[in-house]
Amino acid sequence: MKNWLSLVALVLALHPGFTQTTISGRVTDNKKHALIGVSISLKDGYDGATTDSSGLFSFKTTEKGRQIIVASIIGYRPVEQAIEIGAANINVDLQMKEEVSELKAVVITAGTFEASDKKKTTVLSPLDIVTTASGNGDITGALKTLPGAQQVGEHEGLFVRGGTATETKIFIDGTLVNNFFYSSVPNVAQRGRFSPFLFSGTVFSTGGYSALYGQALSSALILESIDLPERSQATLGISVIGVNGAYQKLSKNKKSSWGISYGYTNPALAIKLYKSVQKYSNYPVFHTGDANFRIRTSQTGFLKYYGYFSGNQLAFRTPSIDTLGYKDAFALKNFNMYHNLSYRENIGWKIKLNAGLSYSNNKNDISSRLNDQDNKEVVLQGLEFKNFGLIQKGDYLNAKMVFERRMRGLTMIRFGGEYNYSNDRSDFTNYNGQAFNSRVRENLATAFAESDIYITNDVAAKLGTRFEHSALLNKVNFAPRVSLAYKLSRQDQASLAYGIFYQDPETQYLPGINPLGFSKATHYILQYQKVTNLVTLRLEAFYKKYEKLLKTDFTYFGQQMVAANNNGYGDARGFEVFWRDKKTVRNLDYWVSYSFLDTKRDFLNFPYAIQPSFAARHTASVVLKKFVTKWKTGFNASYNFASGRPYYYIGYDDNTHAYKFDDIGKTPDYNNVSFSINYIPGIGKQNAKMFAVYVLSVSNIFGINQVYNFQYSYDGSRKEAVIPSVKTFVYIGVFISFGVDRTQDAINNNL
Amino acid sequence: MKQVFVILLAFITSLSVVGQSDKYVKTMESKMVAVDSTTTPAGLIDLANSFQRIGEAEKNQWLPYYYAALLSARSGYMLSNGQTPGPSVIDPIADKSEVLIKKAEELAGKNSEIYIVKKMIATLRLMADPMNRWQTNGPEATEALAKAKELNPENPRTFLLEGQDKFYTPEQYGGSKTEAKALFEAAIKKYESFKPESSISPQWGLSTTKYFYSLCK
Repeated sequence: MKNWLSLVALVLALHPGFTQTTISGRVTDNKKHALIGVSISLKDGYDGATTDSSGLFSFKTTEKGRQIIVASIIGYRPVEQAIEIGAANINVDLQMKEEVSELKAVVITAGTFEASDKKKTTVLSPLDIVTTASGNGDITGALKTLPGAQQVGEHEGLFVRGGTATETKIFIDGTLVNNFFYSSVPNVAQRGRFSPFLFSGTVFSTGGYSALYGQALSSALILESIDLPERSQATLGISVIGVNGAYQKLSKNKKSSWGISYGYTNPALAIKLYKSVQKYSNYPVFHTGDANFRIRTSQTGFLKYYGYFSGNQLAFRTPSIDTLGYKDAFALKNFNMYHNLSYRENIGWKIKLNAGLSYSNNKNDISSRLNDQDNKEVVLQGLEFKNFGLIQKGDYLNAKMVFERRMRGLTMIRFGGEYNYSNDRSDFTNYNGQAFNSRVRENLATAFAESDIYITNDVAAKLGTRFEHSALLNKVNFAPRVSLAYKLSRQDQASLAYGIFYQDPETQYLPGINPLGFSKATHYILQYQKVTNLVTLRLEAFYKKYEKLLKTDFTYFGQQMVAANNNGYGDARGFEVFWRDKKTVRNLDYWVSYSFLDTKRDFLNFPYAIQPSFAARHTASVVLKKFVTKWKTGFNASYNFASGRPYYYIGYDDNTHAYKFDDIGKTPDYNNVSFSINYIPGIGKQNAKMFAVYVLSVSNIFGINQVYNFQYSYDGSRKEAVIPSVKTFVYIGVFISFGVDRTQDAINNNL
Repeated sequence: MKQVFVILLAFITSLSVVGQSDKYVKTMESKMVAVDSTTTPAGLIDLANSFQRIGEAEKNQWLPYYYAALLSARSGYMLSNGQTPGPSVIDPIADKSEVLIKKAEELAGKNSEIYIVKKMIATLRLMADPMNRWQTNGPEATEALAKAKELNPENPRTFLLEGQDKFYTPEQYGGSKTEAKALFEAAIKKYESFKPESSISPQWGLSTTKYFYSLCK
C-alpha cells in the first residue's frame, strides 16, 4: 500500500501542471532601452506575459524541460531563445533588433517633395494640390508654392533653382511626357493638359533626383496615375470657362475599370467680363477627350492605359510694340494626342517589373501677322519678319523598363533601360512665301542602375548611375548620382545628395550650325528635415553648377536663333525653408516657404553671365487652409511673393560682331493674394447618390498691379511691361459626381 | 499491483486528454472576463498578446485570433482617444490586427463577428487621417458593417457599432445622438435575446452599450 501511494505521489509530481516555475526577465532594444508591450511566450504554449513600462516581465509555467522562449512586438524582429526549465526560477534577458521597415527607416529625401497618401515623408497630400488657392486647380500651380520653384507668370512650366522651364521634365507612370502643357502663347502661361485628379502620387524633385530619370538639368516632376477608382461614377462639371463630363465604370469584381471623359472649354464669357489684355478675334476653344482602362491582372500585376486627345484654337491681337498704331495678330491651332500604357508585375526571383510605353503627337499651326488699325494684314518695310507662318509637328515615343529586386530588409536594386524617340518638324513660311523647313530627329537610348542600401534603420544610401547615348549628337554621357540619409532622431533626419545631370540641346534651336554636345549640371544638396504628424520643417541648401549650356546665333536673315556651340555656363546657389503646421491653430493648416536664390548664367545670346530674367532672388509663399466642419466649407488663401526680376535688351554690335546689353532693368516686386472657397454639402455622407463640390476662387483678389517682365521692340527702342492677361480672375464652378452605389452588389457578390 | 498500474495509467492519460481541451476552454474563459473591462492601451495589448499565444499554441482555433485582433484594434482606439497619433502610430497596429483577423477568418470562414472586427479596423484607419481617408476607409467600414448584419441580423454588436458611429459623427456629417440612442436601445434588446454559441464565443459589448446609452440620456 505504502509503496504505490508513494508511486502515485511521484507520478503526480512528475505530471505537468502540478509544479510551477517563474520565468522573468527584461527586454531591451540594442541601445539597452526598455521595450514596452513585448509579448513573451513559450513556443506552442499558453504561458507568457507582456513587458511593463520598465521592459520587465514575469510569468509562471508548469512546462518543464527544454523550451523556447519567444519575444515579439510590432517593429522588431522576433527573438527566440532556448531555455531549460527545471525546479529553479529562471531569469532571461532578451535583446531585440529593430526591423528595417518603411515606417521607421530613414528616407532619402534630399531635393524631393512628395504628395501621396501612402508614404510618411509626404509634405503634401493629393488633396492639397487641388485646394491650394493660387494653384487654380493646376498641378504645377500648387507646386509653385513650394520652395525652389519660381513665380513665373508669363510662361508655363516649372522654373527651378535658376533653371529654365525646359530644364524640368515631367513623367507619368515612369515615362517622359512631351508637351505636358498646352502650346505656348506669347506672354500667357498655359495650363497643364492633365487633371490633377488623375494622379494619386506626385514627386517633385528640385534637384538630385534618381538615376531612373534623366534629360532634365534642374528638376523632375514624377506623377503616378491612380489604379482603380473607388467606385463607378458619372461626373459633371460646369464653370465660367466650360463644361466637362466623365463616366467611370468599375467592374463588379473590382478588378478592372474603364472610363471616358470629354471637356469643352471656352473662356469667352470670362474674357469679356474681365477685359483681357489680348483682344480676341477667335476666342480660345478647347476640346479635350480622354479614355482609360485599368486592369488588375493578378495579385501583384496591374495594366493601365490612358489616352488623351485635344484640339484647340485661338486668335488675338495686341497693340504692336514694334510699330505704333499697328497690331500684332497671333493665331494658334493645336492638336495633341497622348497615349500611355504601363504594366507592373512580380515576375519571379523576387523581381518586380515596371514597364511603360507612351506615344504622343503634337501639331501647332501658328500664324503671326502685322495688322493695321482696321485689322487688315500689312507688310511694312523693315518689319517683314512680323509676318510669318509656322507649322510644328512632333512625334514622340518613349519606352521604359525598370526591374526592381528587393534584397535584405529594405535594400533593393533597380536597373533597366529607356528609349526616347522624337521627330520634330517645323515649316517656317516667310512674308513672301519663302519656306524654310527643318527636321530634328533624336534617338536616345539609356541604361540605368540604382541601389537603395539600408545599413540600419538610421543610415541609408542611394547610389545610381545613368548612361545615355544620343544619336542626334552622336555622343554618350555617364551620370552618377549619390544620396545619403541619416536619421538623427525619431523625427528628424539629415540628407545629402550629389549628382550629374545631362540634357539634349533644346529642339527649338536645332539644327545647330556646329556639332553640339549635352548640357551638364552638377547638383550638391544638403538637407535637414523634421517631420511629425502635424508639423514639417525642411531646410535645404544647394549649389548647382552649369556647364556646356547652349549658345545661340542668328540665321534666316537674322530672324531665328539657332544653336552655335556649348560654351555657355552658369551656377546657382541658395537655401530654402519650408514650414508646415497643422497643430498650432486648431483646424488651420498652413505652410510657409521661402527660397533664396543667387544665380548667374551665360547662355543663348547673353554677352556675359548675369542673373537671368526668369530668376528672382527671393521667393516666398504662404498657404492657408481651413475647413469649417459646421459649414462643410473649406477656405483657402495664399500669398505669393517674388522680388523683382531683371530684364534686358540684348543688342548686336555690327562693328565688334558681338552681343551687348543695351538696356538692363529690374521689375517691381511681385505680390499675389488668392482666395478660394470649396463648399462640399455632401461631405462625410457615405454612399450618397450625388456628391457636389462648389468652387469659388479669386486670383489677385486685391487687384495688385503685377508685372511679370518687360518686353522690348525689335530694335530695343521701346519697352513695355508684360502683365497678366486679366488682373483679377474670378472662377466659379460646380463639380457633381453621381455615384453608382454598389455597396449592395459587393455584399451579394461576396456571399 | 498490476490493476493499480492500469488504473493509474488510465487516470494519467485521461488527465492529459481532459487537460488539453479543458485547458483551452478554461484559459479562454479566464481571459474572456477581462475583454469588456480592460480599457487601457497597455492592458489591451497584454490581453491581446495572451490570446495570440493561445491561438499560436492551438493553431486551429479561430477564437483566440479573433479576440487578439479585436483587442489590438481596441488598443488603437484607446490611443486615438482625444488626440490624433496619426497613421505612423495607428497603421502598424491596424496591420497587426488585420493579420490576426485574417488568420481567424481562414479557420472559421466568413462570419458576422469577424466582419465586426474588420469594420473596427477600417474605422481605426479612417480616424488616423480622416481628411484623406474618408473616401476609402469610410465606405470600407460601412461595407464591413453591412456584411456583419447580413450574416447575422441578430448580432447585437452591429447595433452597438452603428450607434457609436452615429454618436461620434458630427451632426453636419449625418451623426445624431437621438438615432444613436435608438440604436443602443435596439442593441440592448438584442443582447437580452442573444445566446452565444459557447461560453467562449463572442459576447462582449453589453456594458459598453449601456455606458453609451447612459451618455445619450
